Amino acid sequence: MRRRWMAAVAVSVAGLLTLSACGGGDKQESGGGQAARKVEVFSWWTGPGEADGLKAMREIFAKQNPNFEFFDAAVAGGSGDQARALLSSKLQANQPPDTFQGHAGAELQGYIKSGKLESLNFLYDELKLKEVFPQQLIDQISVQGQVYSVPVNIHRSNVLWFNPSVLKKAGIDGAPKTVEEFITDLDKVKKSGKIPLSIGSQWTLVHLLESVLLGSLGTDAYNALWTANADWSNANVTKALENFKTILSYAGSPQDDWQPAAKQVADGEAAFNIMGDWAYGYFHNPPEGGLGKESHKDFDWAASPGTDGTFMWLSDSFTLPKGAPNRDGAIAWLKVAASKEGQDAFNPLKGSIPARKDADQSLYKDYLSWDLEQWASDKLAGSIQHGVVANDQWRQAITDAVGLFQQDNDVAKFQQALVAAAKNSGQ
Amino acid sequence: MTRVRRWLPGLLLVSPSIILIAVFVYGLLGWNFKLAMTDKHDEIAEIPGNFVGLENFTGIWSEERWGLSVRHAIVFTVVFVGGALVLGWLLAFLMEKGIRAESGFRAVYLFPMAVSFIATGVVWRWLMNSATGEHAVGLNRLFHYLGLDFLQWQWFRDPDWGMAAMALPAVWQMSGYIMALFLAGFRGVPEELREAARVDGCSEWGVYRHVVLPMLRPVTLSALIILGHISLKVFDLVVAVSGKQIITDVPATFMWTAVYDSHDPAKGATIASYIVLSVAVFVVPYLIWDARKGKRS
Repeated sequence: MRRRWMAAVAVSVAGLLTLSACGGGDKQESGGGQAARKVEVFSWWTGPGEADGLKAMREIFAKQNPNFEFFDAAVAGGSGDQARALLSSKLQANQPPDTFQGHAGAELQGYIKSGKLESLNFLYDELKLKEVFPQQLIDQISVQGQVYSVPVNIHRSNVLWFNPSVLKKAGIDGAPKTVEEFITDLDKVKKSGKIPLSIGSQWTLVHLLESVLLGSLGTDAYNALWTANADWSNANVTKALENFKTILSYAGSPQDDWQPAAKQVADGEAAFNIMGDWAYGYFHNPPEGGLGKESHKDFDWAASPGTDGTFMWLSDSFTLPKGAPNRDGAIAWLKVAASKEGQDAFNPLKGSIPARKDADQSLYKDYLSWDLEQWASDKLAGSIQHGVVANDQWRQAITDAVGLFQQDNDVAKFQQALVAAAKNSGQ
Repeated sequence: MTRVRRWLPGLLLVSPSIILIAVFVYGLLGWNFKLAMTDKHDEIAEIPGNFVGLENFTGIWSEERWGLSVRHAIVFTVVFVGGALVLGWLLAFLMEKGIRAESGFRAVYLFPMAVSFIATGVVWRWLMNSATGEHAVGLNRLFHYLGLDFLQWQWFRDPDWGMAAMALPAVWQMSGYIMALFLAGFRGVPEELREAARVDGCSEWGVYRHVVLPMLRPVTLSALIILGHISLKVFDLVVAVSGKQIITDVPATFMWTAVYDSHDPAKGATIASYIVLSVAVFVVPYLIWDARKGKRS
């Protein structure tokens, strides 16, 4: 009997000890004197190209700041789904990384509203950043006169990719300029027996929608959709959504993601695809990471129909969370991210262009040189899918509406859902 | 004192697990229900959320996406549970006849159990590719080669019956396990009972109809419960096959986007509560039945 007693006590004590040991471990991690010099940089750049770009910026950082140690807290996963889930739980627990990556614009609004981010106006003033970034960009990422992030790169969303030989066979010369022309061309391709427009999974339709909205409404009306008292119920929006419906009726069967959809164009199975400019790397890069195609011959591009002269942008940026354990280190990182040297090291590798106007143009070739030219001269509009104009709730509501529309093709209901999404967004 | 000595050691022995389960299962379950009854529709802001009663539970039914995901879950459950039960039963029935190399077959049918739903999903996503005609891959390609082009369809992208296609990998994976359950059930029927029935002039079909099948009822019930609760919670398979698309939306993927994309904890908790409740509909009657049976014997 005695021995059973002892055994029971031993087991339960051991159990309790395990519990408290778990509790103790956490505390040790966040404290410690060594952590003061470390700069924890949180991003989702782990893929080919982007990780190389991050490494190049990291080398510049190490050279300029020998007293800080760069700590790479990258979380894998395209467009940062997993990374953002982890990040929001860290911020909720008030244990922010020193600096984290986020899409510039409305995606950061939730953090800004709940006071998790520090305004960076002091840094913009110190480095005179308002002079080197385009004024429209500053306007579109400011919240009540405050800027909360440093944009490192710019991607373009409204790009129409096409296969020149498929177009030729269908009797089309040159990319369509307007949405109406686009629809006529889609019809011509259909008659020639190829897939007129390739699409991927649901999010690529949201991506398509933003280009169609911009092309149908025009830049000013599109930008007005994201201001207070925006009118989503008017007839112009209805017309744009009708266009979206017509365009979708020419789409091939949905592919698993954007790459297989882009590949259909490269392989000559499909004529058109609307995707952001990360598709260029996929088309152009040698076969390990891309398709090894030649630009202007195997594939070509133009502004998506009706959007010539407007640059629909999205941008990766870095922030300064309130209560960052190593604030000085984070600011040192932001300075590298904002600098000409840092942006010119990062962007050619990532396949994007710098947000700064004074970039070294000779570094950007082929598509990127066209991109840079457009960035310098175009009007700007923000992307929906990639977190510029709509906060996360709003974007998710739009995504849901697009998914449901894909099932029933009911334009009136679709528009109602978009009106409701705008009203309930709390933006 | 001696009485205390009798039960206290046992209690001490199990108390760590009781405490852990109380906190991490039932405690968090309660916390989830509490969260579902608040208006905390913003994840990051540090507001506790006000009590709103069952508002979230009723409000969600006016959302089209919720209706769709419930419908999908029902279609998936019917096809998956029905398919796995029928197929598993059939395999066990054939096996029970004492075929040659039975253990080999048993292993082959059980193997899919060792694969995770994620791996199954990745393979079946390719098999169920929706491209048809000359671009077809996977099963559609196979149909093309066999000259059965009329069998090509959109699989999980079919707007009406896509979820039935989604259930196929799950049936493939779980029917071997159900076979093992039924096989044990068949073997549990004493040979004497069958003999007795035959002596009484029962046909071979009648032996199954009146002797074996009634004795399989408890096994069928366990199989139903195991499959049912897997089916209502299904998440990994759907995500591996199609990601978070409306076309294959189920409550668990809806919950995921509600929490991580819309940043709406109260809505996520509401959906989680509905999932728990729907599983409870399956499990609780079984537990009651099991407890009664235990008392009787």
